[in-house]
Amino acid sequence: MNAIAIRNGHLIDPAAGVDAAKDILLKDGRVAEIAGPGKLKTANGADVLDATGLTIAPGLIDIHVHLREPGQEYKETIATGTAAAAAGGFTSVAAMPNTVPVNDSPEITRWMQAPERFALARVFPIAAATRGSKGESINDFAALKSAGAVAVTDDGRPILKDSVMREVLSAAARMGLCVIQHAEDTRMTQGASMNLGPVSFKLGLRGMPTEAESQIVERDIRLVTELRDTRAHLHVAHTSTAAAVAAVRQARRNGLRVTCEVAPHHFLLTEEHVGFYNTHAKMNPPLRSAADRDAMIEGILDGVVDAIATDHAPHATHEKEMEFELAPNGITGLETALGLSLQWLHKEWKMPIGRVLSLLSAQPAALLGLKNRGTLAIGSYADVVVFDPKAEWTYRATDSKSKAKNTPFDGWTMRGKIRWTISEGRLVYTNPA
Amino acid sequence: MDLNVEGVGRILERATALEKEDPLKRDHILAKRRIALLFYESSTRTRTSFELAAKSLGADTTLVSNLSSSIEKGETLKDTGLTLRALGAEAIILRHNSSGAAWLLEESTRLPVVNAGDGMHEHPTQALLDLRTILAHLRHGATNVTPETLSGVTITIAGDILHSRVARSNMLLLPRLGAKVVLCGPKELLPEIATGAGPGIEIERDFEAAMRRSQVIMMLRIQAERLAGLQLDLQEYKASYQLTGQRLAALAPTALVLHPGPIIRGMEITAGVADGSQSCILEQVTNGVAIRMAVMERALLSTPQGARV
Repeated sequence: MNAIAIRNGHLIDPAAGVDAAKDILLKDGRVAEIAGPGKLKTANGADVLDATGLTIAPGLIDIHVHLREPGQEYKETIATGTAAAAAGGFTSVAAMPNTVPVNDSPEITRWMQAPERFALARVFPIAAATRGSKGESINDFAALKSAGAVAVTDDGRPILKDSVMREVLSAAARMGLCVIQHAEDTRMTQGASMNLGPVSFKLGLRGMPTEAESQIVERDIRLVTELRDTRAHLHVAHTSTAAAVAAVRQARRNGLRVTCEVAPHHFLLTEEHVGFYNTHAKMNPPLRSAADRDAMIEGILDGVVDAIATDHAPHATHEKEMEFELAPNGITGLETALGLSLQWLHKEWKMPIGRVLSLLSAQPAALLGLKNRGTLAIGSYADVVVFDPKAEWTYRATDSKSKAKNTPFDGWTMRGKIRWTISEGRLVYTNPA
Repeated sequence: MDLNVEGVGRILERATALEKEDPLKRDHILAKRRIALLFYESSTRTRTSFELAAKSLGADTTLVSNLSSSIEKGETLKDTGLTLRALGAEAIILRHNSSGAAWLLEESTRLPVVNAGDGMHEHPTQALLDLRTILAHLRHGATNVTPETLSGVTITIAGDILHSRVARSNMLLLPRLGAKVVLCGPKELLPEIATGAGPGIEIERDFEAAMRRSQVIMMLRIQAERLAGLQLDLQEYKASYQLTGQRLAALAPTALVLHPGPIIRGMEITAGVADGSQSCILEQVTNGVAIRMAVMERALLSTPQGARV
C-alpha cells in the first residue's frame, strides 16, 4: 500500500559499498528492491519520485541533538526539532537527556518516543547516566535500555568523580551501552564563556583552557583501560581540542573502544568568530584556536573521528540577546550539517562524498548500534535523503523549521540541496523549490 | 575602544575648551537633553563625574541602579534599555559587570551608549582621562595628538591586569600615540597572552626593572570581587609589587604616579605615595569631569556612528 519508487538517481550507500545509478523501491517502511535504472520489478502502484541528477543516500543520523522536550517547549519541541532534522536530511536523531526534568527514567524515555510527540524523524533517547545528571548515583541502565535508550550520558555536565565514571562505564559495558562524555573539567572553567586565549583576554571574558577538555578525555581513557572489559565503549561528545583527538587516536591504537564526534562549527569556526560578543558563536565546548580547528579537520580526514554530530542546541531569541557571559551555550545545526559538510569536507578538502555521507549515517548508526539504519540494503528501514550534490544554496535562519534561529551560519553558502527526506517510508520533507 | 587618534584629539581639545567655558554658557550645550545613567555596579568617581559633567552641559540626568530598580526583578539589559528610551532618554551611560554590555545595549536600543566600564573589558573614559593627565605633565597639556605624541614615553601598568578594564583600555589607547606600555604583575594576574591585545605592549615581571624604565607608573587595585576563587599570597604580592616611597625615590624619582581608584592604601600603594608629590590620583579624578563632558557632547551632538566610546 505504502510504496515509493525513487527513479533515475545515483545511489550512494557506503555501508553496502554501492556507488552507482540505481532505482530504489521503498515499501511498508523498508527498502524493498534496488535495481538498475528502469529495472524495478515490483514497483507497480508505487508513488514515483524522479531523482534525475540527484543523489540517493541513507537518511542522516545525528547522535547529538537537544530537542528540549519535555520542559523547555518554548525553545524547541520534538515535533519542531525533528521537522528541522527532516529539512536537513536527518531521519534519526539521538536526543540528549538534559531536558526538564532530566531524562533519567524509563517513563520519560518512552514518552519522548510516543507517537503523540509527532516526530518527523526517529527519536532515539539517550538517557542520563546518573540521577538528575548530578554525577552521584547511577541510573538503572537495564530499565532505560529496555525503554529504548541507546546510550547514557550526563551531557552538558561531565561526570567528574572517578569512582562514579568507573561505575558508569562498567555498568554500561555490561548492558552493551555506550557512555557519552561531555568532557569538561568544570573546576577549570568557572565563570568562563569562551576559549582561553588572546581573544578572551582582549574581550575581558574568562576563558576555558583546552586542558579542561583533554584532561577529562585522558582520565576517561585511563578508566576504560583499567576496566579491562572489552565491551566498554566510551564516546567523546563534541570533541574540540587537538589534545583530545590525539588522546582518542592513541586509545584506538591501544585497541580500546573509544570513539568521538566533531560538530561542524568545530571544524569550521574559531574563537575569532566570537568577534564582538556574538552570542551565536557561544557554545560549550567553545570555538577554539585555528590550530585546534585544523586538528578537527585532520581527525575527520584521517578517520579518527567517527561521526559528525551537530549538538543542535536551540534557544529562544531573547535568550541569546543577552550579555555574552549570561547568554546560554549552543547553536542550532540540523539544517546546516549536510550543506556545510559537502561544501567544506567534500568540495574544499576533497573528502570523497561517500566518506562524508558515512560520517553522517553509517558510522553513527554503528556507533550507537542502530540496526538496519545508516544503510539502504534490502530490508533496512526506508530512511532516505535525496539531494542535488552540486547545487549551491544559501542558508537563511528565518526559514528554519526549528523554533530557534540561533545559528552562526545564517547567510552561509551551502552545497547539496536536499530535495526529499523519507523517514521509514514516509515522505517527511519536500523542498518547496 | 573604537577611537582613532584624530577622534582622541578632538575629545581632548573639547575637554579643555569645555573646562574653560563660562559655566552659564556651557549649560546651554546639552540644555534639557535627557541622559540616563544606568549603573549595575557600585561606583563613586565614574558615576559622580558623569553626572556632574552632564549637568555642567545643562542635561537632565536620571540614575538607574541595579539595586532599587526592576533589574532586581529580573528585567533584562535590553528591556531596561528600551524602557529608558521610551522614557525619553537620548543617551545612556552604562556601567555593567558583564564584558560587552555597552555594545549589547547600543545594538538593542540604537541610542548612543557611553561605556562607563563593562566587566573586565574596557573603561574608555578612564583611559582618556589618564591620557589627559599624562599629557598635562609630559606634553604641556597638548591636545593635538599624533601617533608620535608619546614617543619615548614608557608607561608601566602594574597589578591585577587580568581583571582590569582600565588596563585594557589604556594598553589599547596609549600605544596609538606612540607610548610603550609595560605590563607588570604575577602570572595569575597577568597571563602571557596579554601582549596579543595590541601593538606596543610588553610584559616585565620585575616591578623594579619596569619602574626604572618608566615615566608613568599606573597602579591597579587587586579586584577581590573578580578573583573567582583565585588564591593570592598578599604578603608576597606586596613584597614584589607594592609601590612604596622607597622604591619610587630610588627607581623613578620623577615619574608620574597614576591610579584609577579606588585605592587600597597599604596594599598596591602606600599612603605616602598616594598622597605624595608624584601622585596624580586626584588630578585624574578632576580630569574625568572634563573628559566626560566632551564625550557626552560628542555622543549627543555628533553622527550616530561616531557615538560609541
